[in-house]
Amino acid sequence: MSTSVFKPGERQLSDPGSGPTENYLNAGFSAKSWLLTVDHKRIAILYLISLTFFFLIGGLFALLIRLELLTPAGDLMQSETYNKMFTMHGIIMVFFFLIPAVPAVFGNFLIPLMIGAKDLAFPRLNLLSWYLYIGGGLLAILAIAFGGVDTGWTFYTPYSSTYSNSNVILAALGAFIAGFSSILTGLNFIVTIHKMRAPGMTWFRLPLMVWGHYATSIIQILGTPVVAITIVLVALERLFSIGIFNPKLGGDPILFQHLFWFYSHPAVYIMILPSMGVMSEVITCFSRKKIFGYDFIAFSSLAIAVLGFLVWGHHMYTSGQSIYTSMVFSILTFLVAIPSAIKVFNWTATLYKGSVSYSAPMLYAIGFLGLFTIGGLTGVFLATLAVDVHVHDTYFVVAHFHYIMVGGAIMGYMAALHFWWPKMTGRLYPEGWARFSALVIFVGFHLTFFPQFIVGYMGMPRRYHVYPEEFQILNVFSTAGATILGIGYLIPLVYFLWSLKYGPRSSANPWNAKGLEWEQAGSPPETFNFRDTPVVMEGAYEYEPKIWLK
Amino acid sequence: MANHHHALQHHFEDLEQQFESASLGMWAFLITEILFFGGLFAGYLVYRSLYPEAFAVGSYKLDVLLGGVNTVVLICSSLTMALAVYWAHKGERTKIVVFLFLTIVLGAAFLGIKAVEYTHKFHAGLAPGNAFSYDGPFADQVRIFYSFYFSMTGMHALHMVIGIGLLTYLIIRARQGAYTAEYSTPVEMIGLYWHFVDIVWIYLFPLLYLIGRS
Ligand code: HEM
Ligand SMILES: [Cu+2]
Repeated sequence: MSTSVFKPGERQLSDPGSGPTENYLNAGFSAKSWLLTVDHKRIAILYLISLTFFFLIGGLFALLIRLELLTPAGDLMQSETYNKMFTMHGIIMVFFFLIPAVPAVFGNFLIPLMIGAKDLAFPRLNLLSWYLYIGGGLLAILAIAFGGVDTGWTFYTPYSSTYSNSNVILAALGAFIAGFSSILTGLNFIVTIHKMRAPGMTWFRLPLMVWGHYATSIIQILGTPVVAITIVLVALERLFSIGIFNPKLGGDPILFQHLFWFYSHPAVYIMILPSMGVMSEVITCFSRKKIFGYDFIAFSSLAIAVLGFLVWGHHMYTSGQSIYTSMVFSILTFLVAIPSAIKVFNWTATLYKGSVSYSAPMLYAIGFLGLFTIGGLTGVFLATLAVDVHVHDTYFVVAHFHYIMVGGAIMGYMAALHFWWPKMTGRLYPEGWARFSALVIFVGFHLTFFPQFIVGYMGMPRRYHVYPEEFQILNVFSTAGATILGIGYLIPLVYFLWSLKYGPRSSANPWNAKGLEWEQAGSPPETFNFRDTPVVMEGAYEYEPKIWLK
Repeated sequence: MANHHHALQHHFEDLEQQFESASLGMWAFLITEILFFGGLFAGYLVYRSLYPEAFAVGSYKLDVLLGGVNTVVLICSSLTMALAVYWAHKGERTKIVVFLFLTIVLGAAFLGIKAVEYTHKFHAGLAPGNAFSYDGPFADQVRIFYSFYFSMTGMHALHMVIGIGLLTYLIIRARQGAYTAEYSTPVEMIGLYWHFVDIVWIYLFPLLYLIGRS
């Protein structure tokens, strides 16, 4: 085995435009070379394109929801239509955008590069995962085409299993199949991280992005099968009225909620943990500092993965579950906020006395820091039994999870997209526009969702298309904000596409960042990532010069 | 590089790394499977503790003899599977094929017996859905018992069918001489899967057939 030693400070391939002439992008141009590829980087690009498509569809539904809520009366659509709007918005955004988003694109692209491997452990399985995702997505689109679903993304029984007349089975089957895509991706990552690390890449030299994905993968393989079987039971109930969720026969619809949230609470961490991984990479690079508290960040990811399985009951305080059960779930939910807070403190401490620069990825990362904190803290309000009984199923909850999912997870996704865009495409995006749109997104986001905290606290329930007049002004703010937010997401779409053709070529390491993907691979990388297997001699974030050690 | 075996995939350093990856992957997959069946088992436990009498009534209508025979059949198939793996390690082509084939025969026998049982239950009006016509004591909850019976054993049978498909693939590859003393990973991995499916039945049998019979 031939190896090249990875010395600190040595930067190969770093002069501008010296990316390898042969790379994964120009390795083949036919449709077949893309649709049958087993290269993890190409599969990541396939995901990027399809995820963007689903994001746009989900966004369209969001737009319609906000338009309807502009006025207190139901003047744009009927309540049935409105039910379908928020359901399809939720299903598309959760199952077909946010859950796969960061892992399927950036995890796929970067994990092998970050650990010094040629590919994921199971490349064909990786391709299969993409096809499963597309298959599930097509079923969801079919469900929309046939008239949509109206159960809410949560598919609560007995409405979904007995009463709803919409395309529940199609949509549920779509989520089921996409779930297997998620399971297989997680399985692939776990094996890759265990077995494919380059010589010298010890567990505690792994970039924290890899730790984040490892924790995510654990949740994916443990949680997703449970929701899969639950979905099967709902489908069987609809087809054969098997009675398990049907109170008429002695079945218990609440059991569905338990099984659903046993997956879906951990699933909210599937959405956020990978973005937390992105945070650690971006924050260190743009403050030119070693991460503060590496071990704490790494283990807090695992703690979140484990504790996340013990708190599902906080979605069911008002479902009739016993008050003692609720108290235990409440305490456990407070506990899960601790590892999240640890991360926030560590990132903040990393900024302290760093040479902070405000490039677009960093703007998104700082946005994440603030928005996730607000989302997390309001989560603690919700975990408090007495408060939740009042604000459950109001816009307060909607605001809470959008602060985390849009303000946290999607901010992380955008940070990653900007940070690794030069690596993935070999092109630089226009920095000025990027900063501008980060700002637009930040402003639009707050204007959309902050009023929802207030209006929810005042008592506006979620999932209704009409509301009392006194809530109108806040809803107008929210709709205005959503428009700005939408524009904020469209600007990057334009300049990223523009940069593919007109963007200046990127050097191998335009950010002067640490990590094998920057220091040892070209932009874009070649098909097998590294010419020779790298040998790792130092930790992931050696940004500060070590002269003072001597 | 020392090892240039034809089965070595390009992204692995050597066959050992490839084997370890496959093995870890299979175990992770089986953990996923445990959680998948776990949802059903959890539901079963909830309703059994809610309606113990109804579950006993429902269970009593199952055919312990056929279920018991099937248990033996499956345990035998685990043995033949283990022997196939054993001979795969030695690279003995004919013996691999013979034991894989026996495993398939036993698996098919299991499914055949299961089909007979299902037919009886349909005729007795115990299959959930419109065909359900039992109206003895606890009729509704007995229906829930049978819902679990059919979903759990049905899901198990589905796994058996997939297993038989995988074994057929192994036989074809084994006849081509794909498995040698150095490389028999697929036989071993699919073997793990087969044993897992057997173990699920080992839990299903007492939980469904033997309650309330002491
Ligand atoms: C920091 C720790 C967190 C705590 C303590 C927390 C707490 C809670 C609680 C108690 C609820 C239930 C509110 C109700 O329905 O009345 C809730 C709902 C929700 N949370 Fe969080 N949460 C946290 C983090 C997250 C994260 C990271 C995400 C997503 C990435 C998230 C997404 C959601 C969603 C989607 C819902 C509502 C689901 C629905 O009913 O449709 N939460 N959260
Ligand atoms: Cu939760």
